[in-house]
Amino acid sequence: MKFDDELITLAHGAGGKASRRLVEGLFVPELGNPLLAPLADAALVDVAAARLALTTDSYVVRPRFFPGGDIGELAVNGTVNDLAVSGARPLALTAGFVLEEGLPVDELRLVVRSIADAAARAGVVVAAGDTKVVERGAADGLYISTAGIGIVPEGVLLGPERARPGDRVLVSGTIADHGMAVLVARGELALEADVRSDTAPVHELAAALLELGSAVRFLRDPTRGGLATTLNELAGSGRVAVRLDEASLPIRPQVAAACEILGIDPLYVANEGKLVAVVAGDAAEDALAALRRLPLGADAALVGRIEAEPAGLVLLETGLGGSRIVDMLVGDPLPRIC
Amino acid sequence: MRFVDEYRAPELARRLRDELAALVVPGEEIRLMEVCGGHTHTIYRHGLTDLVPPEIEFLHGPGCPVCVIPMGRVDDAIWLAEQPGVLFTTFGDMLRVPGRRGSLLEAKARGADVRMVYSPRDALELARRNPEREVVFFAVGFETTSPSTAVTILEAEAAGVENFSVFCNHVTIAPPLRAILETGGVRIDGFVAPGHVSAVAGTRPYDFIAEEFRRPVVVSAFEPVDILESVRMLVRQLHEGRCEVENQYTRVVQRDGNRHAIDAMARVFELRDSFEWRGLGEIRRSAFRLRDELAAFDAEQRFSLPGLRVPDRKACQCGQVLVGAIKPFECKVFGTACTPERPLGTCMVSSEGACAAYYAYGRGKVAAS
Repeated sequence: MKFDDELITLAHGAGGKASRRLVEGLFVPELGNPLLAPLADAALVDVAAARLALTTDSYVVRPRFFPGGDIGELAVNGTVNDLAVSGARPLALTAGFVLEEGLPVDELRLVVRSIADAAARAGVVVAAGDTKVVERGAADGLYISTAGIGIVPEGVLLGPERARPGDRVLVSGTIADHGMAVLVARGELALEADVRSDTAPVHELAAALLELGSAVRFLRDPTRGGLATTLNELAGSGRVAVRLDEASLPIRPQVAAACEILGIDPLYVANEGKLVAVVAGDAAEDALAALRRLPLGADAALVGRIEAEPAGLVLLETGLGGSRIVDMLVGDPLPRIC
Repeated sequence: MRFVDEYRAPELARRLRDELAALVVPGEEIRLMEVCGGHTHTIYRHGLTDLVPPEIEFLHGPGCPVCVIPMGRVDDAIWLAEQPGVLFTTFGDMLRVPGRRGSLLEAKARGADVRMVYSPRDALELARRNPEREVVFFAVGFETTSPSTAVTILEAEAAGVENFSVFCNHVTIAPPLRAILETGGVRIDGFVAPGHVSAVAGTRPYDFIAEEFRRPVVVSAFEPVDILESVRMLVRQLHEGRCEVENQYTRVVQRDGNRHAIDAMARVFELRDSFEWRGLGEIRRSAFRLRDELAAFDAEQRFSLPGLRVPDRKACQCGQVLVGAIKPFECKVFGTACTPERPLGTCMVSSEGACAAYYAYGRGKVAAS
């Protein structure tokens, strides 16, 4: 994939096509290695008898504190979730901090405390860390980069290429909570809504599904770019079609209303405590029950199915009986004029 | 969600679908233009083309405010954004619209201070909070958005805000419809007229369509059930040989519009002699400028804009798409040189643009058919 853009724009960070081109056209050619090449949520490293999962992610959310969470909690959960949906049991994290000169220490302390709490909840340790401070104006307060390592139990095989026609698609709960919470918390929209981030570790949800064995084909956490982007990656890499049922998508009424007012499609809004699973058709009900037994999976739902054609596309059956394509996100979700 | 779900109710939609199927005469051809980009968006987002009988064809009209802004005006906006001290504010949709030297998003990456706002009042608020900056608002849109620009300018005047101005590109809906009808060339049997524009302007601006051009008009709301009902009303008019302006959006639209909004517009704006529309060329008395007594708030008077006319790119057929002459996928560059990520033409930018709506929601069907 060619990447010939001259300048980095906001679109390159939005999780859509431009982000993908940046990764596949710039980072992968420079850094490519067999571990990185699948561009999965975590690299799988065979070390003697164990398979390790290794992943990294950076956190630049603004505001740093929002209803339902903060940047520290996000930095732990995001990385733990990348490990979990790779089939790994998370073990340890590293954390790198870029701090802007002038950041109040109290604020940093709150964030670090939040990291400690989240790590304890997810059963991981922060095994290594690093701090840099940059001049005032060179960063927006505080950025965090975490890396994580986990062990993949023997026999676990997950990937988009394992999706088969007849498989079912599940989500572990309501969609679009995190992205809308952050958007509303920015306070730029003169919109008040009781919307909270869903940031949470999904390792227990993933573990519950993995007990179903090889019936579980694919797991992913639908973060930036939302459910639509995750399913497009599945359809593209797995060379299958994904057919979604609009009426079955779980979404909180206040989130749906906020999206409606702002003209934003919740399918493209980030989640930080959800997973998407593809499971064999005959295991779908068991998978749903397994998720619903856990507090974080109470709103889990079967939302779609895998079909052979048209390969590479995600289609949505609208509540009215029409259908449409759900494409990759282009740039940031920009609100419409009217 | 109350007041939304009712208008997306599957059972209602199915009933209208069945009624429409029973109503049309097999083999007849009914070509309806939905004027407003919001309708285009709904039609594709909810898959309404699957619900209406094949005898009915939707033509997408010129009512997408982003789509009709010509390249020269985008260049002027970018020039304004790059002036020293300027804080340039715009609706999100306009950020990606290409001018000759790229888009506002790219100007932002080069260092221009471009901010997205949801309302002109947010721009005025930025001006109050940043008195050392020149805040310019990129005003675009039909009667849907022009009253809020007008009210904001009146507010700025009353408060004596001196660092706020508006780059006015507000347009009005009736003249391009007249231009399309006078030019002919495209057979249009009836019009689904825009709901929110009519909430402000009322339904009288469309009377000429029924009286002079003998075409039925139905002012429609934006939810799927609304559009299906409007289509049914149009088909009935056609079958009964009536040419009337009917109102489906009775819960919001009144015959005379919104008097307060119209008054505010009249205090702030006057019609330009002529304005260039993308793809349609110059149309007389089709756009607004600020009245002379409000020149202090007019970015075109505060700054000496280059104001160059820039021809549309040759390969781009937005002009034909905007008048319903071709379908988006019939454009030579649709989906190849022109995509939502790298649009050549404006119709590919806004989600209300026919090309973007087609690209995002409809390609599968094109491929399958």
